[in-house]
Amino acid sequence: MSDLKRIIPCLDVDNGRVVKGTNFVNIRDAGDPVELAERYDAEGADELVFLDITASHEGRDTIVELARRTADNVFIPFTIGGGIRSVEDARAVLGAGADKVAVNSAALKRPELLTELAEVFGSQCVVVAIDAKKEEDGGYGVYLNGGRVATGRDAIEWAVEATRLGAGEVLLTSMDRDGTNDGYELELTRAVARATDVPVIASGGAGELSHLVEAIEDGEADAVLCASIFHYGQHTVGEAKEHMSVHGIPVRI
Amino acid sequence: MGPEPAIAVLDYGMGNLRSVEKALEKVGARATVTADESVIASSDGLILPGVGAFPKAMERIRELELDRMLDEAVAREVPVLGICLGLQLLFGHSVEQGGADGLGLLEGDVVEVPAGGRKVPHIGWAQVSWERPTPLTEGLRPGEPFYFVHSFVVSPTDEELIGTAEYGGRFACVAGRGKVWGVQFHPEKSSTAGLRLLSNFKEICS
Repeated sequence: MSDLKRIIPCLDVDNGRVVKGTNFVNIRDAGDPVELAERYDAEGADELVFLDITASHEGRDTIVELARRTADNVFIPFTIGGGIRSVEDARAVLGAGADKVAVNSAALKRPELLTELAEVFGSQCVVVAIDAKKEEDGGYGVYLNGGRVATGRDAIEWAVEATRLGAGEVLLTSMDRDGTNDGYELELTRAVARATDVPVIASGGAGELSHLVEAIEDGEADAVLCASIFHYGQHTVGEAKEHMSVHGIPVRI
Repeated sequence: MGPEPAIAVLDYGMGNLRSVEKALEKVGARATVTADESVIASSDGLILPGVGAFPKAMERIRELELDRMLDEAVAREVPVLGICLGLQLLFGHSVEQGGADGLGLLEGDVVEVPAGGRKVPHIGWAQVSWERPTPLTEGLRPGEPFYFVHSFVVSPTDEELIGTAEYGGRFACVAGRGKVWGVQFHPEKSSTAGLRLLSNFKEICS
C-alpha cells in the first residue's frame, strides 16, 4: 500500500473566529482561522477541516467568507462542516473555494440530502460526519448535538447507508473519546472502515503521536483528524508526520 | 521582462474555479475565470478545470462553444492545461455514466480507476513518477506527492504519457502533446509542488 495517509487538523469556528487553540508562537492573530490554516499548510498538513459552530443564522455568511479567504491563501484541500442543510448551502461554500462539505445532522434528518449533494457536486465533495457513542449493548449509536441526543441509529449501519446514498468519505468522531486525549476509538474506526468502501477519517481522542499510528494501523483509517494535539502547540504536523513515517506509515513529507 | 501572461480559466459552471484562479495569481499569472470568447481569444494560456461528471461537462462545454474555442486556441499553439476532469475531457471518449465523447485533443479513452478492489473515488495524496522530462514538470522531485480526487483515469499513448501514480494499479496522471497538457491531480490543492507546476505552466505561456 503506497498511498499516503493524511493528517487533517480540525478548526472549530464560531462567527468566523477559531474557538480553541491559541498556543502558537509567531502568529499575529491566533483567532483567525485563515492564519492558522496557512500555518498548518506550511507545516505539511494534508488537508484541513473547518467545523462551523456558529449558532445564529446571520453568522452563517461568515463561513462562506471563511471559505473564500482560505481558498485565496491556502493551497491544500479543505472541508467545511456545520450548518450545511441544502444543495444551496453546499454550493455557497464550494463555490467560495471549499473542496468538500461535511454533513451531519441534516443528513440524519433527511438522508436524501446526501444523494442530492452527490448528484450535483459528485460524491468526492460529500463527507458524512458521524458522531458515535458506545451503547450498553456494545454497539455504537449515532448521536446529535455533541453526543446529547440519541438518534436510535447504529453508527456502522448509518455509515454504510450514507455512503450508499452518496457520501464519498466518512468523518467518524467518537463522542466517548473526543476531548479525552486517550486515543481514537479503534474498534469503532475499524468496524466502519471495514463495512464501507470509502475513506474513513478517524476523529476524537488524539492526545499523543502514537495515537495517530494506532488509528491507521489498528483502526484501518485512511486519515486522522486532530485538534488539540496541534492547536495547543504540543506537536507540529511535521513532528506527527515524522513519527508516522518512522513507524512505517507512508505520509507526504 | 514583458507583462505576466494572461491565463483564462474556462468557466462552464461546474466545480471550484476560485482556487485555480488564486493559485495562478499566487505564481504571478494574471488569471480570469471566464467563458467569454473575446477574453479567451486574447489569452496567453487556457486552463480547463473541472469537477463532476464527464457527460454533463461536455454538454455544458458544447453549449458554451468552448470546444470550438479550445480547438482554435490549440491551432494557434496557445498552451492548454486540463486539470482533473479537465484532463479527462481532453481525451476522445469516457465510459463515465454510460459514456460520452470528449474534446479529442489527446489520444485515448477515459476509464475507471484501476483500483484493484481499493476504495473509489481515489481521494488523497499520491506520489508521481515522471516518464520523461518536460517544461511543465521541471524542478519537481521524482515521487513528488500531489493531491488527487477522481474515479476515472486517462489512457494516453506512450508518446503523450508524462507521469504516473499508483492506486491499486499504476495509472497515467500527467499527459501532453505539443502545447496541450493535462494533470489528473489538483495542482491548486497540492501545496508547494502544485504551485511549482502552475508556475511552470505560466512560464510555458510567457
